[in-house]
Order: sequence, then C-alpha cells, then structure tokens
Amino acid sequence: MNSVLGTTGLILNEPLLWEKGRPGRKGFSFPARDVERFPLHESLVSQGPDFPDLSEVDVIRHFTRLSTWNFGVDTGTYPLGSCTMKYNPKINDRQAALPGFAGAHPLLPRELSQGVLRLMAELERFLAEITGMDAVSLQPAAGAQGELTGMLLIHAFHRSRNRKPTKILVPDTAHGTNPASAALCGYRPVPVQSNDQGILTLESIARVMDEDTAGLMVTNPNTLGLFEENLREIVDLVHDRGGLVYGDGANMNAVLGVMDVGCTGIDVLHLNLHKTFSTPHGGGGPGAGPVCVKKHLEPFLPVPRVVEEAGGYALSEAFPQTVGRLHAFYGNVGIMIRAYSYIRTMGAANLKKASQLAVLNANYIKESLKDTFHLPYDRPCMHECVFTDKHQAVHKVTTLDMAKRLMDYGFHPPTVYFPLVVNGAVMIEPTETESKQDLDVFIASLKAVAEEARENPDLLRQAPAKTKVRRLDETAAARKPCLAE
Amino acid sequence: MKELGELVLPDDVRYADDHEWAKPQDDRVSIGISDYAQDQLGDIVFVELPRTGETFGKGDQFGTVESVKAVAELYMPLGGEILSVNTSLEESPELLNKAPYAEGWIIQVKPADPSDLDALMTKETYVEMLKGMKS
Amino acid sequence: MRYLPHTAEEIASMLDLIGAKSLDELFNVVPRACRRTRDMDLPEPLSEWDLNRFMGELSKSVAAAQESMIYLGAGSYDHYIPQAVSYLLSRSEFVTSYTPYQPEMSQGTLQAVYEYQTLSARLLGMDVSNASMYDGASALAEALLMAIRITRKRKVALSGLIHPHFRKVAETYLAPAGYEIVALPYLPDGRTDLSGLGSVDDLAALAVQSPNFFGAIEDLQEAAQRVHDLGGLFITTFTEPLAYGILKSPGSLGADIACGEGQSLGIPQSFGGPGLGIFTARMTHVRNMPGRLVGKTVDQEGRQGFVLTLATREQHIRREKATSNICTNNSLCAVAATMYLACLGGSGIRDLAQLNHDKAEYLKGRLTKAGCRIPFASPGFNEFVAEMPPDFGNAYARLLEKKIVAGLPLESYHPELKHHYLFCVTETKSKEDLDLLVKELGL
Repeated sequence: MNSVLGTTGLILNEPLLWEKGRPGRKGFSFPARDVERFPLHESLVSQGPDFPDLSEVDVIRHFTRLSTWNFGVDTGTYPLGSCTMKYNPKINDRQAALPGFAGAHPLLPRELSQGVLRLMAELERFLAEITGMDAVSLQPAAGAQGELTGMLLIHAFHRSRNRKPTKILVPDTAHGTNPASAALCGYRPVPVQSNDQGILTLESIARVMDEDTAGLMVTNPNTLGLFEENLREIVDLVHDRGGLVYGDGANMNAVLGVMDVGCTGIDVLHLNLHKTFSTPHGGGGPGAGPVCVKKHLEPFLPVPRVVEEAGGYALSEAFPQTVGRLHAFYGNVGIMIRAYSYIRTMGAANLKKASQLAVLNANYIKESLKDTFHLPYDRPCMHECVFTDKHQAVHKVTTLDMAKRLMDYGFHPPTVYFPLVVNGAVMIEPTETESKQDLDVFIASLKAVAEEARENPDLLRQAPAKTKVRRLDETAAARKPCLAE
Repeated sequence: MKELGELVLPDDVRYADDHEWAKPQDDRVSIGISDYAQDQLGDIVFVELPRTGETFGKGDQFGTVESVKAVAELYMPLGGEILSVNTSLEESPELLNKAPYAEGWIIQVKPADPSDLDALMTKETYVEMLKGMKS
Repeated sequence: MRYLPHTAEEIASMLDLIGAKSLDELFNVVPRACRRTRDMDLPEPLSEWDLNRFMGELSKSVAAAQESMIYLGAGSYDHYIPQAVSYLLSRSEFVTSYTPYQPEMSQGTLQAVYEYQTLSARLLGMDVSNASMYDGASALAEALLMAIRITRKRKVALSGLIHPHFRKVAETYLAPAGYEIVALPYLPDGRTDLSGLGSVDDLAALAVQSPNFFGAIEDLQEAAQRVHDLGGLFITTFTEPLAYGILKSPGSLGADIACGEGQSLGIPQSFGGPGLGIFTARMTHVRNMPGRLVGKTVDQEGRQGFVLTLATREQHIRREKATSNICTNNSLCAVAATMYLACLGGSGIRDLAQLNHDKAEYLKGRLTKAGCRIPFASPGFNEFVAEMPPDFGNAYARLLEKKIVAGLPLESYHPELKHHYLFCVTETKSKEDLDLLVKELGL
C-alpha cells in the first residue's frame, strides 16, 4: 500500500469545562425579567451547584474540539459486528427536529397530538409487516429493555396458565444482555452449546428443555453471523414442551424482506431501531427496542398502547393483562420518528436490497480475508463474519493488538472478543452502506496489519500511534476509580 | 500469558481444580489463587472478601476476583470458618498478581474437616491438569 | 438509492469473487419454512422533498410548545434550548459514533460524558454519577433494585407523590422477584406523610420525589433521617432537575442515591422520549451501581485520557450476575445536558431557576386573585395545583381549540382531586402570556 487512510490531523488539547471557565462569563440568553422576585425561604435554598461559567465561544470551541477526537460512521468504515453501524441519514434528523415533534408534550390531549400518534401507529404496522408478527409495542427504550419486556411477556403468559417455570435456555453465543435480562425477570439462565458448525441443534435443546423451563432465547442470524438452520424444529420442540421462544432481533439487517420471523414460530421478537433502522448510535445511545409479538402475547403488551378511536388515534391503558409500564411515557419517540422516516424513504424493495448488500459485503470480506486470518466456520455467512487471531498468535500478536493497529490505518476496529465461544474473536459487520471501494481499502489494510504482525509485530503492540491518546491504563482506572471532579 | 514452564507452582501447597491453593499453617489453612489464575485474569483491580466469622462449606463461593475485563468466583477448596481476611487486598489488589502465595493470600480458615486437604491436588497433579487444559 | 453505493458491475464482481451467481443465492441457507412468501407491504419510497412535505403536515397537527401555550409539566418541561447546543449536538462525530469501547478514538464522547458525570454529581450534591440511563422512571426502578442488593432486604417505601408513571415502572421492575412496594400517602400541605414508615419491616429504601408530583418541595432531611434510623437507604428522585439550581441538593440533605429525569437540561420534549435518566450515588456504593461509568486515567505516555471503567459490573462481562441488564445509555442526551449546563453556568442556573419559580408564583397569585383555590400550602418550584370551578371543563375545552392547554387535569391520577389542575410555568412564558391565560380562563 502506498498511502494509508489514517493520518493525524491538527488535534487540539482541550481542558475540562471547569478548568476552562472564569467566574462571571455568560453563555446563555436570558429572557427579560417581567415578574417580581419571590424569594424562597432560606431553609430551602443553597448557593447552587459549583458549575463553571463559560462564554458561548468557550462552549462552541470546547465541544467542537472534543468532537474532532471522535471517529464516527461519517468519518469512515465502522465494521462493528452485532452493532450494524450503517449510515445515519441526515433527513431523518430533520424530521425529528420539526417543532411539532420535538416540541410535543407527552401529555397533550389527543386532539392536539394526532400527528405523532398516527406516526407511532403506522410504525407499529410497518414493523409488524416487516417481521411477519401480529402486534407491536414501541415502548422499550433500548434493545436490552426490549429483551426485558420479552421476558416479562413470557412470564405473564405462563402465569396466565398457572405455570411458574424458573429457567430459560440461553445459547452460548448469546449477547450478555440476554442472560442479564432473564435474570432481571427472575429466570435462571441455562446455557446451551452450539455445535461445531456454530449453530444450535435439536438434540442440544431437547436435552435441557423441560417443564420447569419457560422457553428459549435465540438470536437469528446468531452472533457468529450464521443462520440458525434448525430454528423451525427447535421452536416446535420448545412449544411442544410448554415453552415460548424469544427472538433477539439485533441481526435483523441480514434478513429484511427475506425471512418471515412469524413463520419461524418465534413468539416475541425485539428489534433495535438504532441498528437495522438507521437511527444514530449517539456515542452509546439513545436507541429504541420495540417488541413484536404473536397474537397470543398481545394482551400482555406494555401500556399505554396506540389505538384507533373516533376517526383518529388515542392512547389507551384498557388492557387488564398488561405487564405494565417500562417507560415514563411511550418510549423514545424521537428515535421512532427517525426510523419511520427511514422506512418511508427506503420502501420494501430497498430494505430488501439493503439486506442483500449487507450479506454480500460480509461474504466478500470473508472470502477476501480467509487466507490471511483463521476462519473458524468456513461456510457462507450472513451479514457478519468472525475470524480469530490464531494465525497471528505464533508471532505473539493478539486480536487486541491488531484492533489497535487498525486505528492507525483509519478504521474503527471490528468487535473483538465476542462471541465468547470463539477465542480471540474478530467480528466484522460492514453493513450495506459500505461501497466496494471502501471495503477494498479496508481489506488491504487488514492484510497490511497481518503482514506487520509477521514482519514487525512491535508496531502492533505499540499501536495505536496516530490517535489523540495511546493505549490507556485501564487497570489504574479500575483500581482507583476517578469518576468525577 | 505465561507458558506452563514459566508458572510459579510451589510444592508445599495443595491445589483445587478451580485454581485456588490451600496451605496448612498450624491450626489454620491459608487460601489464595494460583499463579496460573492470576496470569489468566490479568491485572487484578478488585477483590470481594468475606467477613471473619462466616462459615462456608467446601465448594461454596466465598468471594470474587475482578480484573479489568473478567470476573472470577472464588470457591472454598475445603469447608470451614473464616478466621482472618487479608484486608490489604482492598487497597492493593495487585498483591494477588505480584505475590499470589505470600502477601497475596486471601483468607485463613479453620478447617471443618482437616482431611479435606488430602483430597486436593498436589503440584504434580495440578500441572497434569493444566497440561490437559492447554492442549 | 443514495444510501446503497453498489453499482451493478461492483455487485457482479463481488459475487464472482465469492463464487455465487446471484444475490438470492447468498440466502440459500435460509430454510423455506422461514422465508417470506410475498414482498413486504410498505408504502412506496418517498423522495426527500415528498418526505419533508408529508412529515411537515404530520407535525403541524401537533401543538408544538413553541407555537402554542402549553402549561403542562408533570415529567416533561418546556425550556428554551440555546442554538449553540442544537448546533453542537448535530456534529456527526458525536451523533454517528458508537459506545466508546475503543477509547483511543472516542476521547470526545468520553471526556464529554466525564464532564456530564461531574456536573450531574455536583448538581445533586453526590459523589458519583453514571453515564446515564434511559429515563427517570427506569433510573428510579434501578435505584430501588440497587438498594435491595446493598441492604439485602425485600421491601421499599415509595411516596405516593412520586410521578404516577415512575411508580408504575417501579412496579414492573420489582414484580418479577416479588419485592414489595409500600405506598405512603400525602399530607394536607401537599408533601409526603412519613408517619407510616416506621411500621414497614425489612425496609431496603425510602424514595421521595422533590419537587413532587404536585410541585411541592419535600422535607428531604427529615425523610433521610427516618429511613436511616430504620436501616434503609434514602433515594431522592425528581422530574425537574432545574430546581436544584437553587434548592438544597439531595446529597446535602442525606440522600444515598439521587436519580430522576434530566430532559429539562437541553433535551427536546419529543412527546416523552428520548429523555435522560440521571443516576447519582455515594462513592461507597459505586460497585453496585448500574450503567456505564467513565473514568479518568493516563495513557502510556502519561497524557490524560478517559475510559469506560468498572465494566465488570455490566452485562457484557457479568452476564446474569450483572448489576443490571442495561447496555445502551442515553449518551447523546447526556452530552446535550452537559452542553446546556456549560452554556448556563453557575450563576446562570441559579438565575434561571429563580425565574422559573417566580413565573409560577406570579401565575399562582393571579389565579388566587381570580378566585381559584390553591389547596397545598407548601412552597414549590415551577409547578402547583389549583382548584378550578366545577364547570371549568367547558372553558378548558374552549381553550384547547386555541391551542392553550390550561394545566393537567389531575382526576385520573387522583380521584379525590376533582376539578384540580396541575399548572407548570417555565421561563418560556412571558408576563403577557400569563395575563392572557388568566383572562382566557374567564373566571
């Protein structure tokens, strides 16, 4: 490679806010005081918090400089497996900022909120149609909250049939939120092994599925990027033995327009709007984790629900079997607006195309790199593929070292050390919004890193060298936590 | 990560298959984690300790050890009452990495059944177990 | 399609390398039983122009705060968001980045969140703040679970004047494990009646909201003392954090955990979400806290930097033994709050809080003069309850047609409070607006 994408820019150092402020500076525009002062009793008041005073210029420069230290999808390729870092369309943000949406109080009388209620009702219908399920709740504020909702729905269903199973089956490839959500609901997670092809088998489920088991949590495609081919049979077995199946829909981007989740027999599925439906990740959130259910779970959905009433829409809590509320209001409406705009922009054919190209991109990467990195499952993948650091281990180079060196090449590293069933896992999910051009640069960079692992491994162990800071002392951060000043 | 030959494995302690070690000293038994365990965990950042006076059975969880990226439960290699706890680990968890058999001891126990010690592995058996794991 | 960069030639070339003949072939592994039998029935795609027009119409049918007179609070507040904040928050390096698991290329988010943690801890008088949770309601639920973990007891006491939706969410979170919630009634002065607290055994925590659902400021010090005497933890919750620009902080009054909704701090109302679950606690409890934490450290060259830390509490490591299942935080909202507080500054927040209070007091005075009864005597911040005449319903409906929402009817939340309305006044209402409201009420 003659020139590498990654360089260093003029990246300025910027102090912390309270190191920067000076007492008396003003950064806020106050309305004129047109009412008299009504002092509060002195027993109730304080001096106020110890906040720095900054001018507007201070604030603008501070956060502008901070933003330049970040790498986002808009900066470059961000192939984090399981996260679906696809392009975030700007037109969606514009819709969410419209005054009628951004400035809407959640407790407005229904006469004054029809537009947003209609949007929510239509989004529910879109998601039901896309997944092939019967009913939707948009309330969960994140994927993990969607998972908790799924667990609560399953719990409520069993309760309604006077059953109190205590366990739930969780595959060894599951995301950590799966067992954590199950535990929050009082279920004991029972691990199930995937086979040497990386998928679940009927036998492994049959061995552990009993009457004390509420059901199974399954991700499809799974976190190895593989389609759970035995899913239909497994779901039937779980149902036969009195259990329900929860689907983790984090990887839905692989199968839009192709898979009918309803047909797989899954009873409840959660979706991540901030993955499949292009809403921005925001540095860690906010997202949204709606749940889609089959008819028999509909009575238990969280309230309030959007219902059609008197020629328009309204919110109703008239669902006596509901699991209750998970959010102070209706969920992350600002995120729903963006997802709605995305679906209206793409339409059915483009959503399917998106999945096809996501899968194309992942397979292209897999085929291009399988001679460079160890591929634990040499079979067609879906929207992501998993490698390991086995070939590089002989040079005493780890997955971590390669990830850090990739930053110097101008890329965000893939997901590392997940799923846990693979040692030193490198999970690459390009998404459909990466062009062949970008993928080729990415592939060439990974090959260059592998070459360096052979010829000059110290470059990797000392990486990253071009970022604002080098490797950080995480041990000290955990031993003596300094979390605020 | 250390190679098998690089691990420090004293002869005068016994080992549990969970990588704790136990060493009898007069009327009590000292317990800690082996060099293999601390090497696998990496830099230890936090140790969750039991209280003196608590009693645990063999195989019960009595605490946890945390590194930056992992957590390991600590299980009693033998049953008994906790006589003392190494509180220096609260301020200096790195002792577990630096001196796992000396200053990094975790608890001292009055054994419920001293013969439980004999059921634990000798260094030789432990090495065989580690060889089996690393393959 | 502008988000799908592949040309036909590129697709062909890639398929060739893979050894597949068509895109469909890549899906051979999907069993027939799992396949769609027909295309998705979704509307035809809209161009940007058409989408703008369609969404414009949809949003216009909603009474936006900036274009109407909305006197509602109750968990969502209309505060002016400085243009600087809206602009900075649109920077795509903040918007399109992921969780900062690779800290070397995420120092922007990490420093901003560290600043957020510091400012929110200072606002509430506490030692440590996490990187935020989904909203105030789930933050309270997690606080209760945390207190239960720490004390190993199974009951919690919740003031009946905590926002009704927060209490419902707490019920949802506590129900599966069978933890018991005891509700405390309220006194004639509009604050929580703590007298029944002593009879609750096995008490893990007491939670009180201040300012409470009626807008009244609670006696946090008294509440803290009582629950500490009983061996439980004291949780303060809130829906309007701006109040702490001027009121004594929960931390200074004995709170062990202070958590609530931070939407007031520079985040649009957005029909109730996304919001900001602020969660702060005492340092002794830090290892039991849910949520992400950003810590300060140094890199291998001794330069200051920030990382996510104490991750062993979290789901991706601890899995079913994690302190919570939470993965996402509301990072972008936390950054928005930091930007807002940075613009406001120390003196600014005090002035803004005082102004909010004064505007509400002005309206209260005008309504009293017009013959309304103010049933609760306790001092408040920017919300209060007023009793309107029994036939007020007609006037209320008439005002809705003018896009004036004269308070929140309380009857559905408190059947004993017929004809009572919860009014909220923030700095966005001028004296003219308030005078006009009183005139329109036609009392």
